Parts: sequence; C-alpha cells; structure tokens
Amino acid sequence: MATIRIPPVLRAAVGGEREVTAEGENVGDVLRALTESHPDTSAQIFSSDGELNRYVNVYLNDEDVRVLDGLGTGVGGGDVLVILPAMAGGA
Amino acid sequence: MSPSGAEYIKQVKASVEEVDPSDVKPLLGNGVAIIDVRESDELASGKLPGAKAIPRGFLESRIEATVPDHSQKVVLYCASGARSALAANTLVRDLGYEDVVSMKGGITLWKDRGYDVEVPFQFTPEQRQRYSRHFLLPEVGEEGQKKLLEAKVLLLGAGGLGSPTALYLAAAGVGQLGIVDDDEVDVSNLQRQVIHKTSTVGVAKVDSAEAAINELNPDVKVVKYPVRLDSSNIMEIIEGYDLIVDGVDNFPTRYLLNDATVRLKIPVVSAAILGFEGQLSIFAPYDGPCYRCLFPVPPPAELAPSCGANGVLGVLPGTMGLLQATEVVKLIIGAGTPLIGRLLMYDALDATTTELKVRRDPACPICSREPEDISSEEMGVFPDYEAFCAAAG
Repeated sequence: MATIRIPPVLRAAVGGEREVTAEGENVGDVLRALTESHPDTSAQIFSSDGELNRYVNVYLNDEDVRVLDGLGTGVGGGDVLVILPAMAGGA
Repeated sequence: MSPSGAEYIKQVKASVEEVDPSDVKPLLGNGVAIIDVRESDELASGKLPGAKAIPRGFLESRIEATVPDHSQKVVLYCASGARSALAANTLVRDLGYEDVVSMKGGITLWKDRGYDVEVPFQFTPEQRQRYSRHFLLPEVGEEGQKKLLEAKVLLLGAGGLGSPTALYLAAAGVGQLGIVDDDEVDVSNLQRQVIHKTSTVGVAKVDSAEAAINELNPDVKVVKYPVRLDSSNIMEIIEGYDLIVDGVDNFPTRYLLNDATVRLKIPVVSAAILGFEGQLSIFAPYDGPCYRCLFPVPPPAELAPSCGANGVLGVLPGTMGLLQATEVVKLIIGAGTPLIGRLLMYDALDATTTELKVRRDPACPICSREPEDISSEEMGVFPDYEAFCAAAG
C-alpha cells in the first residue's frame, strides 16, 4: 500500500483528500489503482496512449520516476508517490 | 618570575615559524589561507590581496569558518608581526593547526617592499551600524555585505511574493533592486502584498514599492519597470542583473523568462503559490536544470489555475517570498548550499515540507544547447497556451 500525495489541482477529483493510498507493484499499477477509484483523475494523469502526461511529474519519494524505470518502477509498502503539477501563482 | 609582555612576545616569535613577505607573495591565490588578524578599523589602508580579515580577538571563534581543514597552510599577518605571531601560537598550540606561519614585519614591511595591497570597501559609520548583525556572521561579514551592496537583483512583480522579497532584500542592503510590474495597488492586494499600504491604493505598484524601500534603506537604488514583461522587452530589461526573483503569476511569462535567462546565463530564484501550498527552486543555467527541464510543457487550462483568480492564504507568499530572499542572499554571498537541482514544496496546512530532486534534461529544448544557439523567435514559445487560458476564462 503506497501513499499518493494529491496536489491542490487534483483534489476535487479525489473528494478533497490531500493523500490517498493505493495498491500496486509498480508506479503504473498504483496510479491506475488511483484512477480506477477516482476516474476524474485519469485524463489528468495519463495520456490516451496510457503513458504519463508530459506535464505531470511523478516522484517516487524524492526521485522523478522518469529517471528511474518510469511507470514500471517498483513500489514498496512505505513509499510515497508525489504528483507535481506546474504552478504559476505569484500574486 | 613571569616574563614581561615584550619578553613573552619574543619567546612566542621564537617558537612559531616566521616568513618574509617575499616568501608570502608567491603564495597569493594558490589555495593558501592568508589571514589578516588586525582590528577592522586598521584595514582601511589596505590588506594583502585575497586576505580574509579575522581580528585576533575573534580568531578562535571564527577561524574554522574560514579554514575548516586544520592541515591547510595558513599565513597570518598583522601590522608588524607581533599579533600574528601570537595568533599563530594559538592556532598551532591550542587549536591543532598543522601548517601555520606568521609574516615577519607585517603589512608595514609588505608595503615597504612595494607589493600590491587591496583597499577594502569603505563602509560609512551609518552602514557599520545598519549591517552590524551581518558583520557578526562569518558567512556574511564585511566581504559578504560588500557583495550585497554591489549586487543587482531584478524582481518580477511587486505582488504577493515580490513584496516580502523586496523588503528583506532592501533591508539586507542589496544595492540595486529592479522591479517589473505594470499594475496599481488595489485594496484586495493588501491582505498579502505587505510592501504596499492603504495609503498607496491606486498608486502604481513600482512607485508604492519604491517609496517603501527608500524609507527602509536609502542604500538601495530602485529601478522601476512599469511594464509587462514580453518578448519585445525582456532581453533589454534583464541584461546586467546578477539574479532574478521570479514571482510571476502566469505560465507564458515563466517560459519566456526561462529561455531568456538561459540565453544570458542569469540564475532565477523561482517560487509559485496556490491556496496553502508553495513551490521553490533555483534555476541556474548550465549549473543545474532549467524550468523547461522540470516542466517541459505547461499543463492544460483545467490544471493551471493561474489562468483565473484563485485564493491564497495571505501569509503564504510571505513564507515563500522570504525563502526566495534567503536563497538570493546565499547566492550573492556564496554561503551554504543553494536550492539548485532541488524543489522544495511547502504545505502550510500540514506544516510540512517535501524536497524533490530536479535533474537536467539532456534533451531539454533550451538548456541542452549553447546560449548563442537560442534564437529570439523561439523564446517563450509553447503550443496553444494563450488559447488554453482563454478557454478557461
């Protein structure tokens, strides 16, 4: 069971939660479990070909999964996935 | 019977290694620590080029900040060679430094030989008082304060992030603060934009900010740019600045800024805020990742709330703006470990921080190329973004 940190822009899609947990052997499985429980997140995380959208950064603990094994990166029970969207608010 | 002071100094001088100024000259700039142990008011007439000043009274408490490695070669000098001999004795006998010498005849003999001296920056008595708490920090000191007074920092926006950043950088004595903002102060800004006042509602933000900065610290020169940053003016505005503080509220400008700063190799201390959360990182061209390495494409409008009005906790830009100001000061004085290649996320509701690694993208469309190969036409370009924002209303 991994923990997924939900950024502010996706919280409405998960009922306002800041963190959710999901099962999965690897990053792809965990994120797909998230989108199955909360279908509104799907289009925001995955592109139509099932890959991560290029504007979504996903980190396993503190490392970008793209420099690990992408969606195939193994996930352990105590791991935290961080979904990082670009933000531009400054005013 | 105890020796007289003069006898004691003679004994100490006989027990430490003394070297002639002609032996010190070839050591300058060669990784040898040259330490001037005179009092700060004696430095006005000049010191050895590259020497660090540590008054003898502060030697034990400050030497390790300057010379952490006890096996490094250290040359000490003073006015005539007495205090530096005593200081060398302390470093060797009491603190275990292994390779310490005292320069015979001090700076007096050095000058008699006709060797170069470096005349330190002269602080006014008022500046000595104003920055006295900086002078007490070995990491800042007179050298760091001089760097601050000579630094030029450009603030993009005198809004939520720019307000606290501008105030603290002005207080710290950053010599030139440029401010880019084409907006006027609105009463709804005052919940977080602390550089402005109820009395400046309706006034141009650059003017309101300038007045506040001048009142806080007359050492600071404010350069106002009451314009919107765009591709036609960005190169002209940012050129010549040492650092840029990015607090802009929209993606097109962030990408444009990234591309222009990579081209000019100017580091950007970047923060973004939304609701109760903030992000902070430094994009130092070619030393670390750029903004496009982190976010190669902007999110679509539904994931980009900056397109419209959103709430923000009033103190949050204060927190994030001051983290930006701290990174700016660190970069200027060269202290600590800057937030390059790392992204700090702050969640005010949880009172937690998370740090993520940010890597340079070898295929980055901008910073994988040489600065001169980045054309004006491609700066700030990305697909259909204005249309996305327009669609989001």
